[in-house]
Amino acid sequence: MNAPLNGSAKALRLAAIAAAVAALGAGFAYAAGWVGASKLTPQRIIDTFEAQAGHHPGYRKNHAKGLCVSGYFESSGQAAALSSARVFSQKKVPVFGRFAIGGANPFAPDTAVPVRSLALQLSSDDGQVWRTGMNNPPVLAVSTPEAFYAQVLAATPDPATGKPDPARLQAFFAAHPESAAFRQWAAAYKPSDSFASTAYNSINAFRLIDANGQAQPVRWTLEPQTPFTALPAQVDDKLLLQHDLKQRLAQGPLRWTLRLTLAEPGDAVDDPASPWPAERRSVNAGTLVLEQVDGPEQGACRDLNFDPLILPHGIEPSADPILAARSAAYSVSFNRRSAETLQQGAKP
Amino acid sequence: MSVTAFHPLARLLHWLMALLILAMLFIGVSMVGDLSTRHPLLVELHKATGLALLVLVVLRIALRLSLAHPPLPRTLPPLQRLAAGASHVLLYLLMLAMPLLGWAMLSAGGYPRPLQLPVIAPHDLQLYAILRQAHGWAGYVLFATVLLHLAAALMHALVHRDGVLRSMWPGPLGRRS
Repeated sequence: MNAPLNGSAKALRLAAIAAAVAALGAGFAYAAGWVGASKLTPQRIIDTFEAQAGHHPGYRKNHAKGLCVSGYFESSGQAAALSSARVFSQKKVPVFGRFAIGGANPFAPDTAVPVRSLALQLSSDDGQVWRTGMNNPPVLAVSTPEAFYAQVLAATPDPATGKPDPARLQAFFAAHPESAAFRQWAAAYKPSDSFASTAYNSINAFRLIDANGQAQPVRWTLEPQTPFTALPAQVDDKLLLQHDLKQRLAQGPLRWTLRLTLAEPGDAVDDPASPWPAERRSVNAGTLVLEQVDGPEQGACRDLNFDPLILPHGIEPSADPILAARSAAYSVSFNRRSAETLQQGAKP
Repeated sequence: MSVTAFHPLARLLHWLMALLILAMLFIGVSMVGDLSTRHPLLVELHKATGLALLVLVVLRIALRLSLAHPPLPRTLPPLQRLAAGASHVLLYLLMLAMPLLGWAMLSAGGYPRPLQLPVIAPHDLQLYAILRQAHGWAGYVLFATVLLHLAAALMHALVHRDGVLRSMWPGPLGRRS
């Protein structure tokens, strides 16, 4: 045992201990983002959605208005050489999913929003799960989460009109030339009168991994097998797309072809704003068959986070920064709405 | 006769887990506010390390219950003795609870688990909300307890100089002065 310390020797050592503990605590605060430069966080993106569209407890913080469906995926076997994922070889894979319109307002009229989405969960018999969230535009207007956030801000509704300020949007697009492909798509886009006749795109690229570990970057599209009919200019039914889907599914299943587009060296695999040349080889991976609708937000899809990074063995993420940001932001949305369900009993 | 230091295996586990737990606390608190391409990597690392820590803490509790461990110095006042005991119980509880809460939270949220582990809670959004918040708060309490533990260890080593830190020293102990 050593002699007890006194006076300045003791004070110095106590100060050193306090400094060590404070340094570790400060490092933790920095890692948590409580101090230091403020950077874009998934929380800020979700806050902004809520600031723009209003607070709707219990609902998803984007693509808030939707309905649950179920069915199966029938693989063609043609993608099995590209990916070892069981979904591409199993004959019939159970699926449930969710059709939605873009935006954070769960009460927006179905046809007021150009963006439509389909999110799916495919559960193969090896216990693996594949979740994918797809939109009707084949590309995004932006390549990074920061630019996406700038786009969201540029589209802030003007309190006077309830609509985005066209000048502000124009300024955004002028400052973001990477949005050219998206603008071209938007200008040519003719909405259909049904979720059933809409194509849904993976937006981001992913990597298929074959049995030998070889990677093939791909994007995918669900191509509707339902013929296209244009959306009428005047629509009064705020639930047009939901009513239409229920009616169609009451008559029989609806089908889409899952088409994988294969990137070639030099294609932008980490940039969701950049389209690939139209002549790229594609593979028909199988058919999505949706059989029934479970009602708005009342089915198995409600309590799931369709995080696009929930992938089975045989499919891996690309280095696309938007893909990582989607995963982070979806998680914040899921955590918030689950907390609202708990605290306020809020249920969509 | 009582031992004067922890068993080498106990010391190895202590320092291995200390490093992993500190890394986990920093990863956990930073990944939730991060939307860069680091985010998915950190989440994967967090789940894998959490599972490893669950295995290690079970082993550690077994060792703590089966191996002899050195008593606290007789000079320690009763209140500090109580605080030492209580903070160690809290540390063990949190080390066990953190990975279990993480696993239960993934189960209740309908998320896949690493290594296709079975679910340990029903898929339920309200239960998920409770578990998710508990996982976060338990993490803050664990970090605060780790800071306290560190401060106490340094007090023993630098101020009391009573051999407590030596009993858990990561290297060879040599002869006691």
